[in-house]
Amino acid sequence: MAKFTEDDLKKDLETKEYEYGFYTDIETDTFPKGLNEDIVRAISEKKNEPQWMTDWRLDAFRIWQEMEEPEWANVTYEKPDFQNISYYSAPKSVDPNKTLDDVDPDLLAMYKKLGISVDEQKKMNNIAMDIVVDSVSVATTFKKTLSEKGILFMPISEAIQEHPELVRKYMGTIVPKTDNFYAALNSAVFTDGSFCYIPKGVKCPMELSTYFRINEGGTGQFERTLLIADEGSYVSYLEGCTAPSRDENQLHAAVVELIALDDAEIKYSTVQNWYPGNKEGKGGVFNFVTKRGICHKNSKISWTQVETGSAVTWKYPSCILKGDNSIGEFYSIAVTNNFQQADTGTKMIHLGNNTRSTIISKGISAGKSQNSYRGLVKIGSRAHNARNFSQCDSLLMGNDCGAHTFPYIEVKNKSAQIEHEATTSKIGEDQLFYCNQRGIETEKAIALIVNGFSKEVLNKLPMEFAVEAQKLLEISLEGSVG
Amino acid sequence: MLQIKDLHASVEEKDILKGINLDIKAGEVHAIMGPNGSGKSTLASIIAGKETFDITKGEIAFNNEDISELNPEERAHKGVFLSFQYPVEIPGVSVTNFIKTAINETRKSKGLKDMPASEMLKLIKQKADLLDIDRKFLSRSLNEGFSGGEKKRNEIFQMAMLEPKLAILDETDSGLDIDALKIVANGVNKLQNKDNAVLVITHYQRLLDYIVPDFVHVLIDGRIVKSGTKDLAHELEEKGYDWIKEELV
Repeated sequence: MAKFTEDDLKKDLETKEYEYGFYTDIETDTFPKGLNEDIVRAISEKKNEPQWMTDWRLDAFRIWQEMEEPEWANVTYEKPDFQNISYYSAPKSVDPNKTLDDVDPDLLAMYKKLGISVDEQKKMNNIAMDIVVDSVSVATTFKKTLSEKGILFMPISEAIQEHPELVRKYMGTIVPKTDNFYAALNSAVFTDGSFCYIPKGVKCPMELSTYFRINEGGTGQFERTLLIADEGSYVSYLEGCTAPSRDENQLHAAVVELIALDDAEIKYSTVQNWYPGNKEGKGGVFNFVTKRGICHKNSKISWTQVETGSAVTWKYPSCILKGDNSIGEFYSIAVTNNFQQADTGTKMIHLGNNTRSTIISKGISAGKSQNSYRGLVKIGSRAHNARNFSQCDSLLMGNDCGAHTFPYIEVKNKSAQIEHEATTSKIGEDQLFYCNQRGIETEKAIALIVNGFSKEVLNKLPMEFAVEAQKLLEISLEGSVG
Repeated sequence: MLQIKDLHASVEEKDILKGINLDIKAGEVHAIMGPNGSGKSTLASIIAGKETFDITKGEIAFNNEDISELNPEERAHKGVFLSFQYPVEIPGVSVTNFIKTAINETRKSKGLKDMPASEMLKLIKQKADLLDIDRKFLSRSLNEGFSGGEKKRNEIFQMAMLEPKLAILDETDSGLDIDALKIVANGVNKLQNKDNAVLVITHYQRLLDYIVPDFVHVLIDGRIVKSGTKDLAHELEEKGYDWIKEELV
């Protein structure tokens, strides 16, 4: 009888190949590799940007040059050579005036392969999508339906042209150019991303969705997202990412800024499935992302993330709870397998009175991967009656992976109440045998156990996304047995 | 239905089973009794396909097919069910979701489609009623925070849902008070028919007052040393195991 041991389990986990690892041959317009002021100017020019934007980028570039790459995260990797990256890559056939119907059929075929056909998405899911392939936003759907409500949802490059007053007012206010190394880099060279504005009192009637994908080799993707929910408004925003398999490491350094004005609510969900590298740890995306939101009075920001991809992840979606009675939430599932490394968590900065935050983090490690939760809960001296609840659970598979928790708590107001809970568990042979005995094969059993472990977070995702996320968890962790 | 011939098994080179012979036919209830460490639970695990043990000699045939090389799930699909002595917890997976997955995986192995949700719900309701199981219980995480009695009742519930050909009850009575024991035994009896068989593994005679065996086997030091009817169980209860050991010498 074939004895199924933890070693076999480990082997199974290793053999699952990245399902989105294909490369679409589309003609692209790519800048030469390297970064200097001329490249920054060229990007700005390519985008036909106003002078203030060019200056802003140049300022960021100068700041970036003075900065050093951070080293405090619990990850080790060969640092990218920033002069060996091309900072602009656009599918050649894209013309900003095109409508969805004119989109390159190859591109559309690629979306279909990803299971995100624009047409279908449009018809079936009631989701408005803004798709970013490499650096240019290709198609924006549902624009008309949204515009009737006064909702603006467009590529950020378009917003810079059409709504410069909003972009100028908010961009860089939550994640300043000086914030960190990658944020400064992004500010200098961001090529596209999404912009969204929900007017006062408007409840956005559909989930807004962006799908990012890195296609061209040797390019970095630097997208920038700015989302403003005006007073009393509500929006749910979904972001999904994939990248083709490549031997070299691709850099992804995004910035996301959320602004929830008084009484507004933003729900921001991410499913991140960038190429994680092969099972020997070669290739894969470096995902160095800065995401932050600010909550004004009585407002709420809720981050939900399912992170299954990338070779290295460095990401801390955070909330600044500035307004009284504001609420910040962070729900996360981070899966690492083979040689993946993730250092992810959140920061909850309580500044207003009666502010509340909740952190639920689920880390799943397999293979030889390292999975770290890093979180900061900070209560300012003037924040009376602040509350935080944090729960960090880790699930281990096999004996060669690691789970780490780094919770930081800084409290400057005596009225604060903070709770932190943490657990670590392991999928054992006994659990698998129990499932097997009930007729459930090992692959399915792992999926079942992992889904159970992640349930609290999966439940926070919008329906359409939850299904996809569940599938993704299975793909990331199961091996193709036999 | 189940034929075990001269079965030898070891774990880490230590011999646990030293030549077991057992023949169970459809419609029969067998009981295996024996002192601690005699190999009772090992036998149950080996029939179910637990891979911690090495079969060094002998064979296990189920419906005339050698199953000793099959995975545990393949044996389950053929109708082997093991009620665990210590059922594991699976946090976040409800009793309903678990049994639904088990049933659909079993159907899949037979080339059948998933059971329609309405049919599944009907079946769950029917079996839950049979075992006096509260609906709220079904939405709880599998075995998490369950009392001893709840765990065992859940095992029998799963057995009722899966309708196995051979049910092996490994120390199902341990940790149960008399009321829970009655409910569990009652459930097993209701499910018993001429087409299936039950193998009860127990330390005490108590359970056998409620699940009445056709045959009782005494397992000592990896061998079945005595077989008889239910009277043998009573005799063991009265005299303990020592007199058999002495007989052997």
